[in-house]
Amino acid sequence: MIVFERVSKRYPNGREALNNVSFDIHTGEMVFLTGRSGAGKSTVLKLIALLERPTRGAVVVAGRNTQTLKARHIAAYRRHIGVVFQDHKLLADRPVYDNVALPLAVAATPLKEIDRRVRAALDQVGLLGKERVLPLELSVGEQQRVGIARAVVSKPPLLIADEPTGNLDPDLSLEVMRLFRRFQDVGVTVVVASHDHNLVREFGQRVIVLENGQLQGDTADPLPSMLAYR
Amino acid sequence: MSLAVAGGRHLQALLGSVGRLARSPLATLLTLLVIALAFALPTALRLFVTNAQAATGNFANAVDLSVFLKTDVTLAKAQQLAQTAERRRDVAAVTLIPADQGLEDFRTYSGFGDALIALKENPLPHVLHVRPRSEDSSATALEALRAYFNAWPEVDLVQVDSEWVMRFNAILEVLRRLLLIAAMLLGIGVLAVVGNTIRLEIAARRPEIEVTKLVGGSNAFVRRPFLYTGVLYGLGGALLAWAIIAITVAVLGDPVATLARLYGSRYVLRGPSSADIGILLGAGVVLGWLGAWISAARHLRSIEPRM
Repeated sequence: MIVFERVSKRYPNGREALNNVSFDIHTGEMVFLTGRSGAGKSTVLKLIALLERPTRGAVVVAGRNTQTLKARHIAAYRRHIGVVFQDHKLLADRPVYDNVALPLAVAATPLKEIDRRVRAALDQVGLLGKERVLPLELSVGEQQRVGIARAVVSKPPLLIADEPTGNLDPDLSLEVMRLFRRFQDVGVTVVVASHDHNLVREFGQRVIVLENGQLQGDTADPLPSMLAYR
Repeated sequence: MSLAVAGGRHLQALLGSVGRLARSPLATLLTLLVIALAFALPTALRLFVTNAQAATGNFANAVDLSVFLKTDVTLAKAQQLAQTAERRRDVAAVTLIPADQGLEDFRTYSGFGDALIALKENPLPHVLHVRPRSEDSSATALEALRAYFNAWPEVDLVQVDSEWVMRFNAILEVLRRLLLIAAMLLGIGVLAVVGNTIRLEIAARRPEIEVTKLVGGSNAFVRRPFLYTGVLYGLGGALLAWAIIAITVAVLGDPVATLARLYGSRYVLRGPSSADIGILLGAGVVLGWLGAWISAARHLRSIEPRM
């Protein structure tokens, strides 16, 4: 599903965010991306979501090389990826329903279909009945679940999440991670960037560790240093 | 995408734009007013030109020459001269107005009737009204005719009646050019007003645009509501301009009719023709759309989603 091949990324300000990073993520896998802040986790997700392009190397997602994708195809490309943010990026002046419906609206889905799918997505995250509520009237955990509902409403084959539990207490974090695993159970490839080691270890999934922009370890390719993550 | 779905999308974007404009009525109204004034000015100028032209249109083509004979020329001699003039190829018709008839007309129409009775003798000369053939009514042809009559020893003065009409037409031509320049400048003004308003709205909705792009909204999708907003501004401004013009015409109608009556005319002030209104509304739609498009193309490109 995702192939990083000798990927380096240098930002215009000169910061080298990734240096010669290679890994494969298979369809249906759930992978945690860990490392200190600034280690390159967010850059990996940005490269996948095509918010950035690699300076060197190739990023191939679902068979498409992001380096050669034309600008006018980016929108269609992104519709195959659900994204969850730490700060959930909900539109404060729109009710929950509109927020969740946005990915369907941009894909010109018929209104009836939008209605059905939005309800299904809200049901999955346990927020059915909150359609007309504004995001700020919800708790932080509920807001994050709205963000997740928005990410999965168009049934993308790939779900990426950047520190989705960063603002949540341990119980809520666990709940959110279980939600992600339910999507993995139905065949969605899930990539979660998180610096919460305890949480990551608890799930016993594949872990990719980054440090200073370099691949430090991968539990799929175990090195002695990776035992800590087992 | 089926046509119905596409239509639904556009309707949704349109309704969204209407809703956003309605949510800040004062700001919207002020913007509309500025656009309306920019449209009303050239429209008013155009109405002035068309009305002035229509009001004088009856005389515009009548390029007659009045040949005043010397007062000592007898009526018989005058008739002879009229026949001579009529034989010229570039003359269509010659009407002799004898001095007596001239005095009679003057008495009737001038309002000095009683005072003129006091005159012992007729001070007016015989006059030949010469109408050139229409194909010979150019300025040079008229000048040739004038020179021809001026050369006669019996002639006192040749007056080209159409001179003031020509001058007036020249003034109208200047006004028409001014109208063109004003319309262009104010059109650019409308583009700037719409563009700037759209720029502010794009800035205000930046987070929404970022998220929309992130979940796969194409540039066309993101741009669409702004284009509708621009069209609404342009069309709304043009409609408001139409209302301003209609009120102006209604207010000026009576005074203009009175003025026309004083000049012995039944001229009634004309409002904008349906073609004028069509152009006005069309310009509103096009300029609104174009202003929004330019602004959206410039400012939406710089907004890329962040993580």
